[in-house]
Amino acid sequence: MSLWQKHQIFEKNSLILVIGVLIVISIGGLVEVLPLFYLKSTIEKVEGMRPYTPLELAGRNIYVREGCYNCHSQMIRSLRDEVERYGHYSLAAESMYDKPFQWGSKRNGPDLARVGAKYSDDWHKQHLDNPRQMVPGSIMPGYPWLAKTELDTREVAASMKVLAFEGVPYSPEMIENAEKDLVAQASVDSADADAMTKRYPKSQARKFSGLEGPVNEADALIAYLQMLGTLVDFKLYDGKANLR
Amino acid sequence: MAQSTQLAGSQNPLSKGMSAAEMTFAVVAAAMAFLSVYITAKTTSGPFAFHASLFALASVATVVAVFNRNMNSGGATIPQEIDGKPNYNYGPVKFGTIAALFWGIAGFTVGLVIALQLAFPALNFDLPWISFGRLRPLHTSAVIFAFGGNVLIASSFYVVQRTCRVRLAGDIAPWFVMLGYNFFIVIAGTGYLLGITQSKEYAEPEWYADLFLTAIWVTYFLVFLATVIKRKEPHIYVANWFYIAFIVTIAVLHIGNNAAVPVSLTSPKSYIVWSGVQDAMMQWWYGHNAVGFFLTAGFLAIMYYFVPKRAERPVYSYRLSIIHFWALIFLYMWAGPHHLHYTALPDWAQTLGMAFSIVLWMPSWGGMINGLMTLSGAWDKLRTDPVLRMLVVSIAFYGMSTFEGPLMSIKVVNSLSHYTDWTIGHVHSGALGWVGYVSFGAIYCLVPWLWNKPQLYSLRLVNWHFWVSTIGIVLYISAMWVAGILQGLMWRAYTTLGFLEYSFVETVEAMHPFYVIRALGGLLFLAGAVIMCWNVYRTIVTPAAETRQVPSGALAPAH
Repeated sequence: MSLWQKHQIFEKNSLILVIGVLIVISIGGLVEVLPLFYLKSTIEKVEGMRPYTPLELAGRNIYVREGCYNCHSQMIRSLRDEVERYGHYSLAAESMYDKPFQWGSKRNGPDLARVGAKYSDDWHKQHLDNPRQMVPGSIMPGYPWLAKTELDTREVAASMKVLAFEGVPYSPEMIENAEKDLVAQASVDSADADAMTKRYPKSQARKFSGLEGPVNEADALIAYLQMLGTLVDFKLYDGKANLR
Repeated sequence: MAQSTQLAGSQNPLSKGMSAAEMTFAVVAAAMAFLSVYITAKTTSGPFAFHASLFALASVATVVAVFNRNMNSGGATIPQEIDGKPNYNYGPVKFGTIAALFWGIAGFTVGLVIALQLAFPALNFDLPWISFGRLRPLHTSAVIFAFGGNVLIASSFYVVQRTCRVRLAGDIAPWFVMLGYNFFIVIAGTGYLLGITQSKEYAEPEWYADLFLTAIWVTYFLVFLATVIKRKEPHIYVANWFYIAFIVTIAVLHIGNNAAVPVSLTSPKSYIVWSGVQDAMMQWWYGHNAVGFFLTAGFLAIMYYFVPKRAERPVYSYRLSIIHFWALIFLYMWAGPHHLHYTALPDWAQTLGMAFSIVLWMPSWGGMINGLMTLSGAWDKLRTDPVLRMLVVSIAFYGMSTFEGPLMSIKVVNSLSHYTDWTIGHVHSGALGWVGYVSFGAIYCLVPWLWNKPQLYSLRLVNWHFWVSTIGIVLYISAMWVAGILQGLMWRAYTTLGFLEYSFVETVEAMHPFYVIRALGGLLFLAGAVIMCWNVYRTIVTPAAETRQVPSGALAPAH
């Protein structure tokens, strides 16, 4: 009986064919995915990573909603020109609390992994309103409605609860104070700001859009953009300690 | 055999003439209706309320349709065979064929719009619902899942019946798959426009749409498998292997990549359980195999049925199809990490992904050779039959993009090509040339078969479709190659003093002429599809006696 004839067992038994397919397609995925969960070298040990503040999380959800990832990556590759253009190459640790990840796959616009603190809040506000006002050659759509839309904060605490359930280190205290922290971060000189900064080191509190009135979507999005890539201090980061 | 198959569909005396299947569908749909009304009333999200009310309407319509069907049929079962010949079920196939045309036009049009938005950003009109970031997922989902998905489901329902010589299993289930799948597309597409997305590329729909799709997909698998099981041919035909691999693997990928916890039952928002680097790996394990199994294995099944059928020649090599099948499905699953070269994904995974991507070239070309060589002894038909020409050119495009893919998966090449329009060009040579053309070829074959016409309304129009869209594809992919390589080189260009030569926006400005050419290419491809729709429409409405083979231009056979 030749090998070719033995193949008939798959051609004549549909269930054996299905099982065969399942086994054959499982191998590659198992070998490549499973080790990422238990190899300690997958995610570097770094100082400074913390979960997003409630306002940053809300901003991140707007980033996701508007599909920013379609044109902006958040992943600086370890190539000379990228490091010189955008900053230190991205570490796995820097997206360890990102659900889902926002590495992107296409750069119609520049990488945003380290855009935080590169431009002023006002620049971001005007750029979102009309990108060509700040960068004449830009092909980015305008997002003038963000500053005009009040931020929906009703689900922020519930979101943090879900994220905590999935392993993001949000403490019960953080979840309890979610709405208070959110408002404090988007206000000037709020009495609650110190408590918020204590819970979320390196977070900054101010009215990001510069507009009076309740917290708007531009406040949240700009707060998110301004913190991107600012958590790890690369003056102190020892890449050699994490050689893998 | 006939007796046993009739038993399966016979009445259940306890349910006053309703079959078990009818009862199940009616009860589940009624429960869905109540749940949807509850969510509509409770949710604080306007878009989610809109979706829940659509679900409620669809559920009520399902209940009504099931009862209506039972009343009209009086509980009688549909015969499995008539005069000893299988009583094929073509209803869902016809629906899927027309739906594919509709979504094709919609998806190509949105593609043209976003191509123009990149060339002329004023076309975003500062409106949330039509800004590029929301329309781009609409384009990709409409062409891959709406157009491609309908072609796959419709053709699989046709091919499995013909190659097993039995009627499709189930009576309501195939319709549930067809209509439910298209309903899923409406939910997904309107969701993007209203801002409901989980931002995983090619898997953007939120948790409730994902759950609904899972139910449809499992039903699809059961219908397909049950039909194969009751076949009257001893062997399972090679096309059905590929369909089975496609259906099974897409289910595994869909569930793995979309594992998420919703914020609440009344919230459209969910958070993926994976995070960061693991999520990236899961995403591209899914993403690359959506290409490998949705856009490749599924359409290879189409190739293995429609090319031999149209050429009236057997498949070139039986042994090659065995090797092709197992090697392809094994190797594809490893290739995902080539989307993550030089990123924070560990090097070992990147290298593994690259190595397997290069090896993948071999089974891909094995399949191409098997398809092309099927024309042995029938090459002359390329001159006279533009439908066959479309099918063959699709295989040529398949060969081209499955060479280009391994090339781009090499890390050094990828360092240049990644994040640029080269990737977009590569995707479209596969999507427009391979998936598009093999689908068009299959539709041109299917329409006369399904609607019982001796031939298509006009082969000359097929010829026009072929040439207009071929010029479109060539413009599209060559513009994107030049744009991508140019942008990649500009990003890494240094001055003699060792500074980066170009600011980012300068590289964006350099893209403008190519974006205009690309939009023109897209317009031509869309125009070709419109010609096809007209041809299909005329084929269906023209009475069979009147259809006359219109010769295709000057392409008469040589004497």
